[in-house]
Amino acid sequence: MTFKARIAKSFFWTASVISATVTLAVLGFMICLSLPVLKKAFFLEVLTAPWSPDHGQFGILPMVAGTLCIAFLSLLISFPVSLGCSFFIEITRPGTPGKWLKKFVGFMTGIPTVIYGFVGVFMLVPFIRGFFAYGSGMCILSASLMLGLLISPTMILFFCQGFARVPRNYLYAVDALGGNTVQKLFYVIMPNAWRGISAGLILAFGRAMGDTLIALMISGNSIGMPSSLLDSTRTLTAHIALVIAADFDSIEFKILFICGITLYIMTSCGVILARYSDRKPG
Amino acid sequence: MNKGCSAMKYAIILIIIFLLAGVCFATGLDAFKGEKQVLRISGGTAHIPVMKEAARRIMAFNPDIQITIAGGGSGAGIKQVGEGLVDIGNSGRKATEAEKKKYGLALYKWAIDGVAAVINPKNPVHSLSGKQLQDIFAGKIISWKALGGDERPINVYTRDKSSGTRAVFWKKALKKGEITGKANFVASNGAMKSAVANDPYAIGYISVGYIDKTVAAVTLDGITPSLDTVKSGEYKVARGLYSNTKGEAKGLAKKFIEYLLSPEGQKIAMEKGFIPVN
Repeated sequence: MTFKARIAKSFFWTASVISATVTLAVLGFMICLSLPVLKKAFFLEVLTAPWSPDHGQFGILPMVAGTLCIAFLSLLISFPVSLGCSFFIEITRPGTPGKWLKKFVGFMTGIPTVIYGFVGVFMLVPFIRGFFAYGSGMCILSASLMLGLLISPTMILFFCQGFARVPRNYLYAVDALGGNTVQKLFYVIMPNAWRGISAGLILAFGRAMGDTLIALMISGNSIGMPSSLLDSTRTLTAHIALVIAADFDSIEFKILFICGITLYIMTSCGVILARYSDRKPG
Repeated sequence: MNKGCSAMKYAIILIIIFLLAGVCFATGLDAFKGEKQVLRISGGTAHIPVMKEAARRIMAFNPDIQITIAGGGSGAGIKQVGEGLVDIGNSGRKATEAEKKKYGLALYKWAIDGVAAVINPKNPVHSLSGKQLQDIFAGKIISWKALGGDERPINVYTRDKSSGTRAVFWKKALKKGEITGKANFVASNGAMKSAVANDPYAIGYISVGYIDKTVAAVTLDGITPSLDTVKSGEYKVARGLYSNTKGEAKGLAKKFIEYLLSPEGQKIAMEKGFIPVN
């Protein structure tokens, strides 16, 4: 091994060790800080009770439910759209239209979240309120639609990468056998590009769970347990943002560490599940 | 040549005008001469219009002074000034004894403000009784129809716990009653105003100073919240607007608070819809 290669190798090694340590350290830090709260033995209560600090109840279950609803619904909304877009870009119209769409999608990744939130508040929310004639329009559905838009560029770009890696010969073979485009997508491309698809899904899911601003601006932030898609709800991230502004040393504030840890665990579970499912079809 | 001369003349005239203007406006602002500092202000969102106008005038008078104004709510204002993160922490409620003792706060009240329940101007319902208001916020009355409006659910908007506006409204208008879990949360007086202005079926509450054409104040038990009714004490849901410092105000913070209490500062407060204290 040359000297240069050795330097490069040790540099990469250090970088990866540092990033892994930091990730674990954050988890450790959260656990340490939430231990004093957990010691008071009301962890179950925290996970199941409603949030009502005036009555001494500090449950975060409504927020957990809100986070999961919004994240999954946004994934559900943007997955078919993203799949279609990337199929258009890579397979059906790989020429000029596809290239332009891809450029446009790349541009979308650069739009700051707050812009989506702003558009949501002034356009989507009144529309949803008027369309369903129910509630304030600040609801799970509005937030999920906007989040779906936010995470779709990530998915599209990952899907495109996955599609581009499918050997062209396979596609020619489908054509030669007289298979149509839909068959091509479902029987050849998707199974072969599964890694790219799942990677895109994981990242998009993480982004949907971790996003604060859109939920804070559009979902209404009510503390009740959501019972329909048109109900206002509060995500864990928005909850942290709202409570942290008010307090530094109350129980409400300490519960935030539990919120953080719950969010951490939920995202990790998502990643692990996706990695696990990754192996099967391949 | 001639051109240059006239330009010179204009310049001199302009300079004289500026100097005169300076003399005219100097009364309240004189104290800020020669200051060269940054003043950080945060907290109550009801205060912001007055803070901004005062800061604008001070910074125009002496461009060496930098004044930053942030929101966050009364709770945040008190916490941040107590922790030394800002120089002045505003609150729309009196700091509690515990807060005063913990941080050694000095309180300066410079205006009185009402908190009004507000609805969208399109809503035909314009007056409520105290009991009806409490029932709406508690989630017991859920449709505008019961109050003579359209057959649509009432969308309740509230503020987070950091809000002094919420604290006062909850204590004096809701009589410390429940606030329904279905209520939407917004983070400032400004956000509340735009939420209610955009939602025909909304009800929320804001500082009287924020009321304009875009939202309608609810007449409560026959009394319409306005500058006059708050001033006369007829409208009861009122509170002081405070600026707090850690220990007695010093330096630029002191001058800023003195400016708020000066005739000019009090006039700004009045123009922004609050009742001056002096």
